[in-house]
Amino acid sequence: MSAGVSGSGGDRPPALLVTADGTVFTGEAAGAPVAVATGELVFNTAMSGYQEVITDPSYAGQLIAFTSTHIGNYGTNAADDEAATPHCRGIVVCDLADEPSNWRATEGLEPFLRRHGIPALTGVDTRRLARHVRRAGAVPCAFGTAPEAELRAAAAAAVGTDGLDLVTGVTTNEVQVHPATGPGADATAGLRIVAYDFGVKTTMVQLLTTLGTVTVVPAGTAADEVLALEPDGVFLSNGPGDPAALPGPTAAIADLVGRVPVFGICLGHQLLATALGGSTYKLPFGHHGANHPVQRLETGVVEITSQNHNYAVAAGSIPDAETTHVNLNDGVVEGFRALKAPAFSVQYHPEAAPGPHDARYLFGAFRELMLAHPTRAVGSAGVR
Amino acid sequence: MPRRDDLQSILVIGSGPIVIGQACEFDYSGTQACRVLREEGYRVILANSNPATIMTDPATADRTYIEPLDPEVLTAIIEKERPDALLPTLGGQTALNLTMELVELGVLERFGVEVIGARPEAITTAEDRDRFKSAMEDIGLEVPRSGFAHSLQEAEDIATEIGFPIMVRPSFILGGKGTGIAEDAAHFGQLAAEGLAASPVGQILVEQSIAGWKEFELEVMRDAADNCVVVCSIENFDPMGVHTGDSITVAPAQTLTDVEYQAMRDDAFACLRRVGVETGGSNVQFAVEPTTGRRVIIEMNPRVSRSSALASKATGFPIAKIAARLAVGYLLNEIPNDITKATPASFEPTIDYVVTKIPRWAFEKLPGADGRLGTRMQSVGEVMAIGRTFCESLQKALRSLEQGRAGLNADPAEAALDEVPLEELVQRIAVATPERIFELEATLRRGVAVDEVVDRTGIDPWFVRQLARIVAERARIAAAPALGPADFRRAKRLGFSDAQLAYLRGATPADMRATRLSHGVRATFKTVDTCAAEFEAFTPYHYATYEEEDEVRPSERARVIILGSGPNRIGQGIEFDYCCVHASMTLRDAGYETVMINCNPETVSTDYDTSDRLYFEPLTDEDVANVLDAELAAGGSVKGIIVSLGGQTPLKLAGALPPELVLGTSPASIDLAEDRERWNMLCHELGIPQPPGGTATTTPEALAVAGKVGYPVLLRPSYVLGGRAMEIVYDDEGVRRVMQSMTTGALAREGGVTADRPVLVDRFLEDAVEVDVDAVRDDTGEVLIAGVMEHVEEAGVHSGDSACALPPQTLRPEVVDELERHTRALAESLDVRGLINVQFAVKDGQVYVLEANPRASRTVPFVAKATGVPLAMVASRVMVGQTLADLRREGLLRPDVIGRVPVLDHVSVKEAVLPFDRFPGVDTLLGPEMRSTGEVMGIDTTFGLAFAKSQMAAGTRLPDTGTVFLSLADRDKPAGLEVARTFSGLGFAIAATLGTAGYLRSEGLLVDTLVAKVGEEGVASDAVELIAQGKVQLVVNTPRGLGPRADGQHIRTASVTHKVPCLTTLAAARAAAAGIADARSHPLQVRPLQDLHPAPFGTSQ
Ligand SMILES: Nc1ncnc2c1ncn2[C@@H]1O[C@H](COP(=O)(O)OP(=O)(O)O)[C@@H](O)[C@H]1O
Ligand SMILES: Nc1ncnc2c1ncn2[C@@H]1O[C@H](COP(=O)(O)OP(=O)(O)O)[C@@H](O)[C@H]1O
Ligand SMILES: [Mg+2]
Ligand SMILES: [Mg+2]
Repeated sequence: MSAGVSGSGGDRPPALLVTADGTVFTGEAAGAPVAVATGELVFNTAMSGYQEVITDPSYAGQLIAFTSTHIGNYGTNAADDEAATPHCRGIVVCDLADEPSNWRATEGLEPFLRRHGIPALTGVDTRRLARHVRRAGAVPCAFGTAPEAELRAAAAAAVGTDGLDLVTGVTTNEVQVHPATGPGADATAGLRIVAYDFGVKTTMVQLLTTLGTVTVVPAGTAADEVLALEPDGVFLSNGPGDPAALPGPTAAIADLVGRVPVFGICLGHQLLATALGGSTYKLPFGHHGANHPVQRLETGVVEITSQNHNYAVAAGSIPDAETTHVNLNDGVVEGFRALKAPAFSVQYHPEAAPGPHDARYLFGAFRELMLAHPTRAVGSAGVR
Repeated sequence: MPRRDDLQSILVIGSGPIVIGQACEFDYSGTQACRVLREEGYRVILANSNPATIMTDPATADRTYIEPLDPEVLTAIIEKERPDALLPTLGGQTALNLTMELVELGVLERFGVEVIGARPEAITTAEDRDRFKSAMEDIGLEVPRSGFAHSLQEAEDIATEIGFPIMVRPSFILGGKGTGIAEDAAHFGQLAAEGLAASPVGQILVEQSIAGWKEFELEVMRDAADNCVVVCSIENFDPMGVHTGDSITVAPAQTLTDVEYQAMRDDAFACLRRVGVETGGSNVQFAVEPTTGRRVIIEMNPRVSRSSALASKATGFPIAKIAARLAVGYLLNEIPNDITKATPASFEPTIDYVVTKIPRWAFEKLPGADGRLGTRMQSVGEVMAIGRTFCESLQKALRSLEQGRAGLNADPAEAALDEVPLEELVQRIAVATPERIFELEATLRRGVAVDEVVDRTGIDPWFVRQLARIVAERARIAAAPALGPADFRRAKRLGFSDAQLAYLRGATPADMRATRLSHGVRATFKTVDTCAAEFEAFTPYHYATYEEEDEVRPSERARVIILGSGPNRIGQGIEFDYCCVHASMTLRDAGYETVMINCNPETVSTDYDTSDRLYFEPLTDEDVANVLDAELAAGGSVKGIIVSLGGQTPLKLAGALPPELVLGTSPASIDLAEDRERWNMLCHELGIPQPPGGTATTTPEALAVAGKVGYPVLLRPSYVLGGRAMEIVYDDEGVRRVMQSMTTGALAREGGVTADRPVLVDRFLEDAVEVDVDAVRDDTGEVLIAGVMEHVEEAGVHSGDSACALPPQTLRPEVVDELERHTRALAESLDVRGLINVQFAVKDGQVYVLEANPRASRTVPFVAKATGVPLAMVASRVMVGQTLADLRREGLLRPDVIGRVPVLDHVSVKEAVLPFDRFPGVDTLLGPEMRSTGEVMGIDTTFGLAFAKSQMAAGTRLPDTGTVFLSLADRDKPAGLEVARTFSGLGFAIAATLGTAGYLRSEGLLVDTLVAKVGEEGVASDAVELIAQGKVQLVVNTPRGLGPRADGQHIRTASVTHKVPCLTTLAAARAAAAGIADARSHPLQVRPLQDLHPAPFGTSQ
């Protein structure tokens, strides 16, 4: 029969997970077979949306532990991919489902993992693991079928994400143009958005195309190249790793701010903050889930948000900006807007996927911002 | 927005008696609400007719009215207390409907009472299915195709339009009463007629059936700033067509992609906003077509519901508490999360385990009810279990049910299914019944493919595959040469109990446990924390699983473990949860740390802040042993375990516990009282008369005993509760029949008849007055007689089903003295430490003892409310060694409560509430087998008034004028004459069946209408017609003393269907007459408990 914590009855090879601080967790190897997988360990508490999480490029360099018990129940399907391929280093679950059960499913999770070369560890006390990470922080670790000693060594040698540029590994290398879609495509056909791909999620691009034509550009694109495209607005995507390790994009953003409306999400939010002279720091174990309460200070209304970040913007560190959103769990800055330029950003994921749709209004806000700050006479005429 | 300061006092309406569809979940939610509102500094006025609740403790509210939940009574309460606001959303459908009546009567307007929590318009929009459907269509949500009918004709027209299968649902009803799915016109006609009658507004929804679709529920909350959160998603294992209340349900939802789930979440919020629920919790139900994902909305409840209780326990998010705060103005983000302390309530709980709820039914007690499950709810209770995997939580839930099952089969009881041929099994699984889950396992085990099972049942493949995992593991365990650590771990993680493993390995559970522990495979306890460990949790709310880390915190304090009472069922209900909760409250006051073990999600006992530690676990030897090990390992000291407050459930476990840890009366004494032979000997020594009787294992033996003691005799298997399978027989034929059914047939399977489980044969005392006595005895031997309750119905009607009065009304003082004397003697010789309940029958002044239970009885809360003595608290303190004198000094007992409770200036009547309206075809006649689901209490200055109130509270308002219809057994006729005279004296017209009429006339009483029984020809009018046409306001029908007691059933059934009060004993008729008479001379009066009893009354507030 099936896999994982209780089903497999030993038809999966036993495997271990060892953290850099030497803690050992037992499980069984699943997904793509590897002797040793290493990465930075984070846990995600969302109860649905494992496929979106696994394919979110922001997880590059990380091993994802799911706290929700049964993973794989409804299989996978092309429509729910957030990127062409997953970039995470592996996943750790309590119970990996054998066969999918859902009308949308086209492939089971395990075949999907194998096809993409993603190793998995199942049958793990993921609650113990989450409690450990809560105390020890997002530690590097290693898992696989290799002997414990080997895994220990690998874990000790494994690096976290600090100071690493993980974006280069996930960004597109050629420019892609996505025509405007969806309701009001005509009305907004005039709007041109340039989206920086630091590891952009498909759903973000989809939502942007409801505002206008979207040109996705590589992370390394310079400001003048972007301006040459005569955008009505520039979008800064999410992405993996440490914002401090990305001086190039930061400089480009600094150039763009004030000359064109800017909207950033997650890493894009951190980069915008840095470009405006703010600073970022690493959270002990980050925010990874779909249930974080964020208060929109303007209205006082609370949004339940989808989150995935290890770094955050230091409160009050940005000159000429005001905080617009705050995390009610721990006070982390979740959003701000520049006071002297048409630019705003949020730390969490208004596009959701996975997660609640409470914050999708922000894409509308981006549209308003672009309309309020026209960058060219023509084109946007159709919009007014 | 902060707390509303413009309000000072708030009226909270409870949900009344426990009935099917409304169990103790509303005690849990109501109690939470009252406490929160008082913490917030409001004056809380509570109205609830159910004495067996924590909610109606004088300590829970400022003014506690145990009065009928009836508009007239509520008006009187409002007039007296002048509340500023009324909170209707925590007392179930009852409170909601009552509130709507008060609105319509203009009462709230007249007294300027504001409805908070849900606006009346919102309630109507949600509850009136017509309004609801169009509202949903307004906002673009799909609903099943349907139309509304107010007449049969209308109904049939709509039906032809929609096409079959069609489902019928009455408006404004609860628990699916009067609903069903019709495959054809004939069945449809019948359902429609039934539904039109059942609906208070005579309206039914005729709807396209989507039986077989997946069913989901979302528990959502909204605050005044329009912040919305989903507290919990629940997926039904049983697809659409089986009422959620009768379905196995699972949290969180397991088979929805995030895309589907988020769309459902959006719909739920849109629904709340459109309906206009401004603040509080609601429950929204959806159906999803498995092949297309097409989603339709089924209904929404704009109030805290049964599922909200489940969701609260499943996630640790206290919905009722928070709903109450929202109702007085707070916003979600202004309320802290109790569990993490650090984070606000404006979030969505995420869980890292699986929760399974399984309903508990009582079909075995309701012969005549067909055991099929459908769209009308029939379960009387439920259990919940938490496991890391679905399989683990399912098997834990199955053994929590206490139906002798060790899990999903793999136990001796599975034999019943082995006899069933596979073809039949495959037929059976297509029909939802309480047995289906076991049949599913057997079917898979016998090699039927998952896909075929899915096709036949409509159950989602994911669930069926989980069952298949259990089947596969079972095979592996059975086949393994020996069980090693890995095998044990794997099996345990799939939820197998040691008992199941023992069964599969041909060993004893004890051996299995020993081997397992020797392999180092032991239970680890995890914490329910609302956040999947993302934040530190401060509430020790635990469940067991088999993983790598144990989270039980060390403690230096002395602890007392309290074993709860498990699922609600007929014979063991909320009364016992009340006792356990009181034990926890008072022992905390006494400085102990209390540890609660229970598996019933509806209760106050499983609220995470009722005790210092909560273990949400099955009540079985193994699971309790695991908790005990964990607590012993946690340091400090375990003072002991309380087993005598939770009914039979914990008592059954006492034997397996270390004797030195069992607090209160010793298990030995408890056995003595249960063991027929030794019990008889004891009574003999003490010179306490018993009904003559004996025991038998064979029919000849039984006939012999019967011959010796003389007919009628009462037969019953030993070791049963709630009068299970008791029968009164009048001749040898009867004895043969009963012995037959006990040695073979269903009962045989329940244990049958053996030398150590003989049949008890007693002389049945006819026309005897039954009396219950509750007392408590301490270490020094002081005995306090807390209550002597005289039953209204004669002995032969189970104590749990008969009305009773405190103080006794007809017993002579010397008889009462004798009852007290016997009770003291029994308490003494059983060396009772804590509670004892003794049941007597008094015939012609002669006292007989029927049984003694040295433990908490069903009547404890009633006695406490009637006398002001917090009996369960007192008993709990006594069990940990305090004396009654200590408690008087401390103030838990009033100084004047010595030996017995001083004379009271009021009369209290307890009345049982029976579920017959839900089981058409079941005879309503009362007998020695208990069938009531709940109870109500009437308090007033005279017995008549109190009785009338109790009837009103139980839903049968006594008429003030009209016609009384009598149909009496011959032996009741003389006594019946005097009752009939009283009624005609009160101005009632008299109708009677031919025999009865003849007798009354011969005695010179005027009979206005002659009524024929079935089969009787002649001029007389037909009984059923009379009742149906509303020409009769009260029915008195007593069965013939000899022969089948079912005689006259058609009259009783007609009364039930047409909601005409029907009394089946003369005693009750006499009481009713007294009530009607007194009511004429006394205006309606309402009195809060706080005025009835001089403080102090046991409190932990
Ligand atoms: N159109 C339908 N077709 C088939 N089954 C239905 C339909 N509507 C409801 N049901 C079933 O009937 C049950 C009770 O319906 P519901 O609207 O929830 O009434 P209640 O107020 O009793 O909860 C549901 O749980 C569901 O299983
Ligand atoms: N000898 C008897 N004569 C008349 N009624 C009896 C007799 N024994 C029992 N009963 C009736 O049967 C009911 C159930 O019997 P009891 O011994 O109390 O069983 P349980 O343990 O279920 O309460 C009693 O409440 C009483 O009304
Ligand atoms: Mg429902
Ligand atoms: Mg009894």
